[in-house]
Amino acid sequence: MFKKISTLFFLISHSMKQHALSTAITILSVAMATGLTMAVFSMQYQTRTAFTGGTAGFDAVLGARGSQLQLVMNAVYQLETSPGNIPWSLYQAVKNDPRVKLAIPYAVGDNYFGYRIVGTTDDIFTKFEYQAGKHFTVRPGGKYFDPSKREAVIGSYVADKTGLKEGSQFKPYHGLYFDPKMQHDEIFTITGVMEPTNTPSDRVIWIPIDDVYRMKGHVLRGSGTEYTATEGKEIPDAVKEVSAVMLKFYSPQAGFMLDQTINKQGRVATLAWPIGRVMADFFDKLGWVSKILALVAYLVMLVAGASILASLYNTMNERRREFAILRALGAKRSNVFSSIVLEAAVIAGAGSIAGYIVYFIVFAFASLIVRQQTGVVLDIFRMHFSMLAVPVGMTLLGAASGLIPALKAYSTDVSKNLDPMS
Amino acid sequence: MKNIKKSYRSPEGGTNDVIDIAEFSVDEGAQAAIAGESGSGKTTFLNLIAGILRADEGSISIAGRDMETLTEGERDLLRASTIGYIFQTFNLLQGYTAIENVMLGMMFGPGADRAAAESLLERVGLEKHFNYLPRQMSVGQQQRVAVARALANHPKLVLADEPTGHLDHRRAMESLKLIKDICMEKGAALLLVSHDRDVLSSFKSVKDLSSINRAEKEGVQNV
Repeated sequence: MFKKISTLFFLISHSMKQHALSTAITILSVAMATGLTMAVFSMQYQTRTAFTGGTAGFDAVLGARGSQLQLVMNAVYQLETSPGNIPWSLYQAVKNDPRVKLAIPYAVGDNYFGYRIVGTTDDIFTKFEYQAGKHFTVRPGGKYFDPSKREAVIGSYVADKTGLKEGSQFKPYHGLYFDPKMQHDEIFTITGVMEPTNTPSDRVIWIPIDDVYRMKGHVLRGSGTEYTATEGKEIPDAVKEVSAVMLKFYSPQAGFMLDQTINKQGRVATLAWPIGRVMADFFDKLGWVSKILALVAYLVMLVAGASILASLYNTMNERRREFAILRALGAKRSNVFSSIVLEAAVIAGAGSIAGYIVYFIVFAFASLIVRQQTGVVLDIFRMHFSMLAVPVGMTLLGAASGLIPALKAYSTDVSKNLDPMS
Repeated sequence: MKNIKKSYRSPEGGTNDVIDIAEFSVDEGAQAAIAGESGSGKTTFLNLIAGILRADEGSISIAGRDMETLTEGERDLLRASTIGYIFQTFNLLQGYTAIENVMLGMMFGPGADRAAAESLLERVGLEKHFNYLPRQMSVGQQQRVAVARALANHPKLVLADEPTGHLDHRRAMESLKLIKDICMEKGAALLLVSHDRDVLSSFKSVKDLSSINRAEKEGVQNV
């Protein structure tokens, strides 16, 4: 058996060497196909898991009446516009609800070079856990903002991209999207840069919620009439409003009950609960995109398999004499057949291994874009079933692609191809 | 060979009888030559003995085994372990070095043995050409590689089809002597077919293919 295998590899290595260029091109096409397919499946899986797996750290988002998805996208992933505001009193009501473990208000509406500024309370640092047992922490030397001062804590990604650091000062820009003409006059001082959390919070600038209310040009309509904050004067709770309230419950039943109260019976606000389900619904609605991507990936693999078939088949005519000589030396038809199938499998296998390089390159670029756009970090080294199944499948497909050329080699007429006859 | 017949289908749809031999044999270790003009069926005759072609009728025994009772795979194995074949155009594999070509002659039979392949190449005077590709060697050197390859599987019978056809007279005679000597050393019988009178005259046992092949003698052609 070992003798037979070593003979086959002896033949294969020579064939591949003799047709080095076409072999290299075929391996490259297989690598592209394998790498792209693995990247598509792995990224689909990781993206879905990241957006639906409860990594937000909250159970629910309370916001203005409207779309739950918009609420989650805006408050958790800092992606969408705010659907509107809800009165401060509603925040206080849910905060004091015995079923609610934690309620943190968010007030959004400003940015700094496109990075969102979120006004909130210091509960976000002291009480909120973005993962079990993990609080937001600032880098050594920094501290959380003082709610009574114009101070800010910035996410690690914001620090990396803007160059802002502890002690830096900046002026916010009005609106959720950067417009240089919309700069506020207020100057904020950065007291701390957050340690990376690999969550959308890395792309956020946190400031005291009162400072959002007090920024020039901001109008509060919590009481139904317009109110503009005055320097040195306390803002009445009645006029305050928030963009969203981030909620953590003691039990899932609380979410169920509040869902009944707020969404089904109430008309004032919307409770997006559970966050993972809201996002899962969104992904399910986009399921056809995943199917198309998967279809494209399968087609690319099929094309790669066809390229193996074509590259081997094209050499069959010139190799007829070689097969005839091998047969004359005692090679069985099955030896010749196996050598072609194995050669196809080796090309596909080599391409599949090289596909990991393509996978890493594609994944690195794509995850960079995902992080830039959403703050969600995808783990390039996280194993996914496709990272095993795709290379194995491609190798089997490659071997199958070798069947037609192998049959041609199998049927080589020895005496006719051992010219000349005398 | 006993009562061997072989015919080919003609383009017109009929059959051409090429070989019709009542009886022919080569003793163990013997050296014999078959004379025949071009197109007389010499290659078909050797291919039948080698088991590359299957006879329409009759039986061929090699080393006591009747080829006609064997499956194709068994014939391949018998060829790989019992027969060495020197082709007129040598049929060396172009992408393989001299040593690899010789090792190929072993792979389907006793198994590759690099030391034995080197020893054979040294024996044919190619000790400095182990890693030469066929295109990097002269015709004479290529022929010696073919000789070494034919002996690589320790054959009981070496078939040589016009082995000196591509060589000038002096080199042909040198080459012929090498083939005969090396077959004798290895104890392999040699059956050579040629139309070259000088080559044929160096053999004690020479038969004219037409004298044993009724198909050629009678010019039988069934249409």
